[in-house]
Amino acid sequence: MENLISRYRNVTILVAVLFFQVLGLAMQVRRSTQDESTRLIRVWAVDAVTPFEKGIVWFQTSVSNLFHNYFYLRGVRQENRDLKLQIERLRIEQVRLNQDAEQARRLQALLGFKEQFISKTLAAQVIGSSGSEQSRSIYIDKGSRDGVKQDMAVITADGVVGKVLRVFRSTSQVLLVNDQTSGVGAILDKSRLQGVLRGTAVGEVVLEKVMSDETVLPGEKVVTSGGDQIFPKGLAVGTVTKVSPGPELFLNIRVKPAVDLSRLEEVLVITQQEEKEPALADGAAPMRAADILAQRLPSVPDRPPDDPDKPPPPTSGLKIFPAPGTQGTTAATATAKPNGTAAASHARGDSGSATGTVSATTKPADNSSAVKQPVQKKPATPVGAVPDNATGDAPAAAPSHQPQLTPSKQGQQSQPAAIQPPQEPPQ
Amino acid sequence: MPITYTSNEQVEVYRFNLPAAILIPLIAVFLQAFVPLRFHFFSIFDLPLLVVIFFAVARRSPVAGLLTGAAIGLLQDSLTGHPLGLYGIAKTVVGYGASSLGVKLDVENAGSRFLVVLFFYVVHEIVYFTIARGLVGLTLQWSWPRELGSALANAALAVVLFALMDRFKQRT
Repeated sequence: MENLISRYRNVTILVAVLFFQVLGLAMQVRRSTQDESTRLIRVWAVDAVTPFEKGIVWFQTSVSNLFHNYFYLRGVRQENRDLKLQIERLRIEQVRLNQDAEQARRLQALLGFKEQFISKTLAAQVIGSSGSEQSRSIYIDKGSRDGVKQDMAVITADGVVGKVLRVFRSTSQVLLVNDQTSGVGAILDKSRLQGVLRGTAVGEVVLEKVMSDETVLPGEKVVTSGGDQIFPKGLAVGTVTKVSPGPELFLNIRVKPAVDLSRLEEVLVITQQEEKEPALADGAAPMRAADILAQRLPSVPDRPPDDPDKPPPPTSGLKIFPAPGTQGTTAATATAKPNGTAAASHARGDSGSATGTVSATTKPADNSSAVKQPVQKKPATPVGAVPDNATGDAPAAAPSHQPQLTPSKQGQQSQPAAIQPPQEPPQ
Repeated sequence: MPITYTSNEQVEVYRFNLPAAILIPLIAVFLQAFVPLRFHFFSIFDLPLLVVIFFAVARRSPVAGLLTGAAIGLLQDSLTGHPLGLYGIAKTVVGYGASSLGVKLDVENAGSRFLVVLFFYVVHEIVYFTIARGLVGLTLQWSWPRELGSALANAALAVVLFALMDRFKQRT
């Protein structure tokens, strides 16, 4: 026996080494969720490799900063001008979106919804990868001492990157969304179909568990659904690029990630999320769902002063009454206050309303009788475009203006102030 | 000059000093993890595998070759999100095979190095895929064109790399 082993010594050692590795592998697969048994080896490996990576990234960043801060200043002035213009555009957009958000918050509050908020993030630099095509993960330079914990969401400004897989003292391993072992609860933005986003063996991303009888079109955005309890709801995940019939009555939906996962440099780790009921703006009285829906209905213009010579306009016989407690909220009126400013109420023409007529009534500063002046008539836009004061000064001219809920009349429900594009002065 | 005799042929056996034996695999694993972040195409190379083959054929000891392969493979596994042992087993087999082949063949010239790396790269991938699919349950897709393309790229790189690493060889 001893001769046999010594004769086949090399093969015996090979078999022994392979046996122990297979055994260890089988044990890890069995306890796939808990890999504490291999943690020590991983810590050693990461501690051996990541200091080099951190050093090189630090050096690279320093050199890059030197160039950017001292040598690449040409064209900064033009870039600054462009950025200022962009900020102006974004502010206008922000006002519009704030109104939508405010309305959504009111609705959610009415329905008792709880919303997840990203309350704290941690910026981290990508210092390395797994080095394997079969395992798509990256290493970041923040670890447990910085407050990173397992299963925290990792994002960029463009969208979802992945989740924290393992945490070490000063580094963490992040599993990318295109790894085949990852899974993200996702929802299609328009059709609201839910599915599970997974990576494939070749690094693509697919949305699974969407029934084949549903209609999904390429180009549709995919966002997080929040159902996985890791990613907050509504983060951009990607765009549908291809839809084909898949196995077992499900669609095979290929998704192009919103983030370029092969060129990651800096990421944000969501270290704290809060779940709370959406807060209403100050001074906003709670509204009933019916009232909010009433605002979204096509508006009814105020009647012009009766002209005895003018024949009555043809009507369909339908009468639209304002919802109880919201007198006149379906008609947009801008009533001048004694100080010359006006409180505006508006009729929101959302995408569902085909037309919207806007009229404004102004009162002179001396509180004389109201003279109704029709305002420029235009088709309804997704957001009601009504000046928030009687003079028609567009809030875009003062972009710092935040949308506020201004009572349109004493005792009435609060209405969000709307804006008018600056290029269209009121007539 | 110490010489081993196998099949009536004279084959030189080399050894490496300790810093080189530790640092070369570490640098290979480091580069494998770091460079693809900046140059994505680099992920088709498997530097740790090339280092395993180089050490194995230079030392010409199957035991040393398989242990080197196991160590480097497990180090590489530690950086991935998968269980430890996938690369470990594959590189153990390659280390053993390359050193066994090195005992019998002259693998000092560029042509034989190119062919050896080409062959063992495919062996490595087959072992890896077999274990990944059979034992771990990963769904990997085998593509001959891709694997052969990667094998050719690795073999070409190996010719250059081995010539550089020859400087660290010491005759026993």
